[in-house]
Amino acid sequence: MSVAETVSGQVSFIPVDGSTVAMQLTGSWSNEASIKPVEQVLEDLSAFKNLKLVLLRAQDLAGWDSRLPAYLLKIFNYCQTQHIEVDMSGLPEGAQALLKLARAVPERAGARRTAQQKSTLAEIGKAVLNGLKDAKGLLAFIGETLLAFIALIQAKARFRTIDIFLCIQDAGPAALPIVTLISLLVGLILAFVGAVQLAMFGAQIYIADLVGLGTVREMGALMTAVIMSGRTGAAYAAQLGTMNVNSEIDALKTMGISPMQFLVLPRMLALILMMPLLCLYADLMGMLGGAMVTVSAFDVSLIQYYNETQKAVDLTDFGIGLFKSLVFAALIATAGCMRGMQCGRSASAVGDAATAAVVNSIVYIVVADSVITLICDRLGI
Amino acid sequence: MTSAMNTPHITVTNLTMAYGDFLIQRDLNFTIDHGDIFIIMGGSGCGKSTLLRHLIGLQRPAQGDVFYDQQDFWHASDEERVRIIRRIGVLYQSGALFSSLTLAENIALPLGEFTHMNGREIGDIVSYKLALVGLAGFEDYYPSEISGGMQKRAGLARAMALDPEILFFDEPSAGLDPVSARLLDDLIVSLRDTLGTTIVVVTHELASIFAIGTNSVFLDPDTKTMLATGSPKKLLAESSDAKIIQFLTRGESNANKSA
Ligand SMILES: Nc1ncnc2c1ncn2[C@@H]1O[C@H](COP(=O)(O)OP(=O)(O)OP(=O)(O)O)[C@@H](O)[C@H]1O
Ligand SMILES: [Mg+2]
Repeated sequence: MSVAETVSGQVSFIPVDGSTVAMQLTGSWSNEASIKPVEQVLEDLSAFKNLKLVLLRAQDLAGWDSRLPAYLLKIFNYCQTQHIEVDMSGLPEGAQALLKLARAVPERAGARRTAQQKSTLAEIGKAVLNGLKDAKGLLAFIGETLLAFIALIQAKARFRTIDIFLCIQDAGPAALPIVTLISLLVGLILAFVGAVQLAMFGAQIYIADLVGLGTVREMGALMTAVIMSGRTGAAYAAQLGTMNVNSEIDALKTMGISPMQFLVLPRMLALILMMPLLCLYADLMGMLGGAMVTVSAFDVSLIQYYNETQKAVDLTDFGIGLFKSLVFAALIATAGCMRGMQCGRSASAVGDAATAAVVNSIVYIVVADSVITLICDRLGI
Repeated sequence: MTSAMNTPHITVTNLTMAYGDFLIQRDLNFTIDHGDIFIIMGGSGCGKSTLLRHLIGLQRPAQGDVFYDQQDFWHASDEERVRIIRRIGVLYQSGALFSSLTLAENIALPLGEFTHMNGREIGDIVSYKLALVGLAGFEDYYPSEISGGMQKRAGLARAMALDPEILFFDEPSAGLDPVSARLLDDLIVSLRDTLGTTIVVVTHELASIFAIGTNSVFLDPDTKTMLATGSPKKLLAESSDAKIIQFLTRGESNANKSA
């Protein structure tokens, strides 16, 4: 039967007596048919007063699929709430059987979630409560991490030593190519930006100061932190989150092994050990980038550049940069591991955890950077 | 095994379980004896896995207590709770193998952490446990490289690694073929007979329930509490509760009863 010639499903009501009405279904009740919305039919039904019984009649249907039982189920549910009986002996046998099945297990009380209209005030309240819950989760996580580190110092922590090396490999050497590229380019950019201004005074040699101080005190640590939060922080969140989905973390707990020690500790240690080294490497690459621009585009020799850099940058500057990278490492590892450990039990929760890990770490990093820079400025170092 | 059979191993009193405000089950009272093969049964979604999580320390009860050999599990100190937990082994519904480790490393993990055996001795135990669950030769496979049923069996090998006093199983035979499921039942019974292991199983398999169960609890999702506890065979013979009879007969005696 082609779609063109099907007659769409029709519903008509035939009153039988004062408390009984017959509901006549005709035409095609398949997915393609256009059928009167069930809400309207229910309205028509409610127009009958003192209704006690509805007779369903559907002998001459031109075909039906799930559309018919789904439609009738709504009518059944309505009639049940109105204490109206429904007689379905006039339906096709298959439809009767399906409807019986659909109604075999009554809806579990309290199981359905009703979407409530929430007022703005309620939304704000919920947001505040969620924020408080997040803060509590963060504090709890930091506390547990400290306990794990104390266990480590007491040599009581349980983890596989090989895991530390695997994490170090992942958070250190494996990150070198991307750190090289980014730091070199940032050094180049710093040099170009400075050159435009300094060349106006014929002071190109001071590009070395600008690039040296800029990378060592600031950009080296900041850029590695941003790279590592996207690379390693997100990976930590996704790994731990997936382990949570797969009950692996439960399995560790019921083995009597603390997941904080077994999973979080090696990851934190690896990142905290590797970040300062990566930062140092990024500093060198940044200065190399600056030198490349200065030596090739302006009238400064490599030796001059080197000497000027040595004059401008001292050990304190390196110390500040390394201290920052240490703090950033702790923040990235905390955000990544916390989001992973608190992850829900679904694939989308893992994605959310990874996103939240990166967003949180970048916010933490920038805030921490501002605070440290401010303190350094006050202390005059 | 030091404790005598037929003395309480796990006692649950007035246990109420909830996710936030959503009540799952309330007022659960039952006892699991040493050497029992205890079945947790009930319709899908009634809270069997949740009950298991309460027994193995993953979820704190909303109310009530769980005792292991008279020791209050949830009011014990953290160290004591970990000590109790080390006496149990758990097979999760999904297997829950560590995906970054091979099967051998998975099973060796608890052995390496909690025993003083050397690598070769651990290797021997690992091979033996894998052979017990029919996975001899799969030592160096990663969990993602084997089928779901095989993962489950490997999870069982890991749960048995330390010869625990109590083994918990969440739907062990789901996803296994009938022959493997039967072998698993045999394995459970022989673990109980040889090592005196107490066994707690969540299962829907009627065949297994009657073949191995010596005690059970029946949870009902509608009244949100337990309907009965006792040997499954006895429940079938003596219970007058229509829901229990319907469950234990796959709903097939319903027609006879109402006729
Ligand atoms: N994380 C959760 N948050 C809220 N409710 C949950 C959560 N997990 C489970 N539930 C609810 O708890 C109830 C019991 O779930 P549980 O997994 O214990 O069932 P089950 O008896 O093991 O079922 P099955 O036989 O299908 O495995 C379900 O109704 C479910 O909706
Ligand atoms: Mg379950």
